Amino acid sequence: MRPDSVRANTLHHVYGWLLLMPAAILLIAFTHYPTVATLINSLFSKGNIVRPSRFIGLGNYEAMLDDPIFWKAFGNNIWFAAGTIPTSMILAIAMALLVNRALPGRGFLRMAYFTPTILPMIAVANIWLFFYTPEIGLIDQILETVGLQGKNWLGDPDTVLGALIVMTIWKEAGFFMIFYLAALQNISPELNDAARLEGASRWTYFRRVLFPLLMPTTLFVAINALLNSFKLVDHLFILTKGGPDNASNLLLYYIFESAFSFLDATYAATLTMVLLALLAILAIGQFVILDKRIHYR
Amino acid sequence: MSVAALFPSRLRFGDWLETTAAWLLALLWIAPLAYAFWAAFHPSEYSTRFDLTAPLTLTNFTDALSQAPFARYMVNTFLLVTMLLAAQFILCTLAAFAFARFEFWGRDAAFALVLVQLMITPEILIVENYATLAGVGLIDTILGIGLPYMASAFGIFLLRQAFKTTPRELEEAARVEGCGWFGVLWRIYIPIAKPTYLAYGLVSVSHHWNNFLWPLVVTNSVETRPLTVGLAIFGAPESGVDWSIISAATLLSVSPLLIAFLLFQRQFIQSFMHAGIK
Amino acid sequence: MFKMFRKAVLGVAAAGCLLYAGAVQAKTELTMYYPVAVGGPLTKIVDGMVVDFMKENPDIKVNAIYAGNYNDARIKALAALKSGKPAQLSVMFSIDIYDLIEQDAIVAFDDIVETAEEKAWLQSFYPSLMENGRTMGKTWGVPFQRSTIVMYYNKDAFKSAGLDPNKPPQNWEELASAAKKLTQPDGSRWGIMIPSTGYPYWMFGALAMQNGQVLMNSDGNETFFDHPKVVGALQFWKDLGSKHKVMPAGAIEWGTLRKNFLEGRTAMMWHSTGNLTAVKKNANFDFGVAMLPASAQRGTPTGGGNFYIFKKTTPAERKASMKLIRFMTSPERAAEWSKKTGYIGISPDAYNTPTLQEYVKTFPPAAVARDQLQFATAELSTFQTGRVRKLLDDAIQSALTGAKEPAEALADAQAQAKTLLMDYK
Repeated sequence: MRPDSVRANTLHHVYGWLLLMPAAILLIAFTHYPTVATLINSLFSKGNIVRPSRFIGLGNYEAMLDDPIFWKAFGNNIWFAAGTIPTSMILAIAMALLVNRALPGRGFLRMAYFTPTILPMIAVANIWLFFYTPEIGLIDQILETVGLQGKNWLGDPDTVLGALIVMTIWKEAGFFMIFYLAALQNISPELNDAARLEGASRWTYFRRVLFPLLMPTTLFVAINALLNSFKLVDHLFILTKGGPDNASNLLLYYIFESAFSFLDATYAATLTMVLLALLAILAIGQFVILDKRIHYR
Repeated sequence: MSVAALFPSRLRFGDWLETTAAWLLALLWIAPLAYAFWAAFHPSEYSTRFDLTAPLTLTNFTDALSQAPFARYMVNTFLLVTMLLAAQFILCTLAAFAFARFEFWGRDAAFALVLVQLMITPEILIVENYATLAGVGLIDTILGIGLPYMASAFGIFLLRQAFKTTPRELEEAARVEGCGWFGVLWRIYIPIAKPTYLAYGLVSVSHHWNNFLWPLVVTNSVETRPLTVGLAIFGAPESGVDWSIISAATLLSVSPLLIAFLLFQRQFIQSFMHAGIK
Repeated sequence: MFKMFRKAVLGVAAAGCLLYAGAVQAKTELTMYYPVAVGGPLTKIVDGMVVDFMKENPDIKVNAIYAGNYNDARIKALAALKSGKPAQLSVMFSIDIYDLIEQDAIVAFDDIVETAEEKAWLQSFYPSLMENGRTMGKTWGVPFQRSTIVMYYNKDAFKSAGLDPNKPPQNWEELASAAKKLTQPDGSRWGIMIPSTGYPYWMFGALAMQNGQVLMNSDGNETFFDHPKVVGALQFWKDLGSKHKVMPAGAIEWGTLRKNFLEGRTAMMWHSTGNLTAVKKNANFDFGVAMLPASAQRGTPTGGGNFYIFKKTTPAERKASMKLIRFMTSPERAAEWSKKTGYIGISPDAYNTPTLQEYVKTFPPAAVARDQLQFATAELSTFQTGRVRKLLDDAIQSALTGAKEPAEALADAQAQAKTLLMDYK
């Protein structure tokens, strides 16, 4: 190796780090440091006038395992994910297949499906509140005109989560559609012609050819949707505040409540650790799956 | 071709069915927004009654504007997304260039640590980030809302991808002409990555225009509150504000982005696609 | 590249300067957060009062910031304390007192008042409005936007159901039987709605007191959720929906309830007096306002926001804050505020002003809240208020939605509240 190339290499190390530095400082300050600080804080008790905060080991975690609201919120998160993700993905595939063909008004259709994506969840919640309000809400009014009894959609623990799920599906399906559209555009139309020549029905073509080809997209969308479902709580601020009786409470909202309503930062830290653990598991899952995907290629 | 020739009528029926389904779904999908328009442009007596002869009105908009400083909120949001986008472009470009073009100690580990932010977004660490921000005295500033998002792992990832696929020959040609590192970046890499910047920019702007939880926690006053937070405290059910006025306020808040989307629909959708395929 | 960077830095710096501009002033500057929890453009009224104050006191500048609901206002005010731009005083929920004391955030008014006149001023409010502002022998909060719960009823609906529109139900039996008559079998109108989201513990405080039991002690370290009379109160609330079928089952939304009432979907509603003016303005039918009915006795909790002064203040700022608070709570202002909003005129003197005298004469419902004050008690407020309150809210909602029996729900809540409050005994 020639001396000047060694020098160039050394300079590379320096340049690399210098270029990275501004971003690295901010990333450390707002992602890595707070992660560690959260872990440490979760090991301390909430202080009050009588007893200042002190180290209690896993005390907060034990309290959390005994906390019915935590379990309720955790379960709700699972149901929320299970309710929103598969349905919105099926809808997303359908939408993508529909607008990927030459249909009358294709541009309008694509716009209609996608529009909810660019609305803020707060605005969406404001609009949907008018649908769900009992008696005077739009859904109940429509039910009434066809002679059915309305329901207290957001006030009944049996329907509140479902109501939020329907709204979220509406919000997200169009977003997932985009990924499928992108994937479909990379699939050669000759495949379709070939399948048709062999007399395959469109359903068979979809099931045997398209769907397997879309599998990587499906996995990608599924995992990202799952990650998102843990972060999406904006609508609770408008619609239910997690009620009634925590029937619609979600983990991140409970974290917010613990920290800013109950002024209990250490318990909020404990809950945050659970959320971080969940996200980490999902991330590792994604990594493993994407890794496999690369192998197949 | 051949199948179509064999069963023309059945296929035509299938097409018809599909078109109908597509349109029904689309109508269902825009119905909520259409309803918001209905409520916003009619007197509140008609907010839950559909009567085609109902008079049109703009008073809901003037009421909303007089009851809360939406114009100011819009300025705040605009400042926020502009500042944030500028910072993201700069920071992410530098970092992505480092990852794409330099060999340095700990590069792979550093890259893995950057990617952590894809999973752990700043709003999840809301309590600690709030404390950090309070520590540096940036609570209730627009800078404070944007700061945690400026170094965006997503942006770094996308740009690194774009830089990596830039042919080295171009860089070498520029070097022959005497360009230094920044010259190469500025003249070669950035122009070639333009579609990526556009895609990332649109995704970032629409994300931060709509972001709520973190700005809610960080802002305290009219001078900093973005639209989403202003809308949430204006329309919170506690306030019992008139539906029609809330609808008008909601439309006001989403209108800039919505109009931009309708005008540049193709670019938006292409951008989201571009940003989605990794 | 660097040019771009420099431009961005300059831009950011300029924006920062803009945000901080105005902080450098010779005169005393006060920042005050205030919440609004009921309908109507109340922010306009507060802002107007503040402008009037500054006209009278050119040496004081007040930034009054609307912060959302009560919860938001507390979060924001406490947050501001920790940040570089603290508030000097705020209107916050009257029940926040223990949290604020525990955070060491506020000073007692007893430590600020100096002159005999100021001491007299501190005694000039209705005593029941002071209950939530006093603990441990000191006064920490001064009433401002205070309310009680009243019963709004639709006189036209009463007439059409064959009830005397001038005789609203006086006790629980009458309430149930009137509601029965008012409920339309086809579901187009319910007899009564008592909201159970937002502030369920508040509505429940009324029912419990009517049944003869308050919810907590005055030191804020003990609750009585499992008292038989409290359980009886929750049973009655639940029965309205499940047994008498005069109220929809499930949780009833606080925010949209007024619209339900105005649309004639319920003949009676319990709500804050703070809604009075909005109902008056929007009702297209004849409506009445009544005191809440009695079981063993009448009862309602007071509610709403108090003025607090923060500890992190200079003597000059405290003095200016006192001036502002005295201005906003003066009989004339209180009367004007009450007339415009429906909140209670906070002192007997307010009701003696020509403004309110006149108003009560032309619009008698405005006096109901005042007359009900003699039956009022403090609303639920303890140490760890947020948690304790949520325990009760959840218990109420779980009983109303049928997930738990009232006795069981309240016993659970009581047990957990006891654990939470153990440290404060």
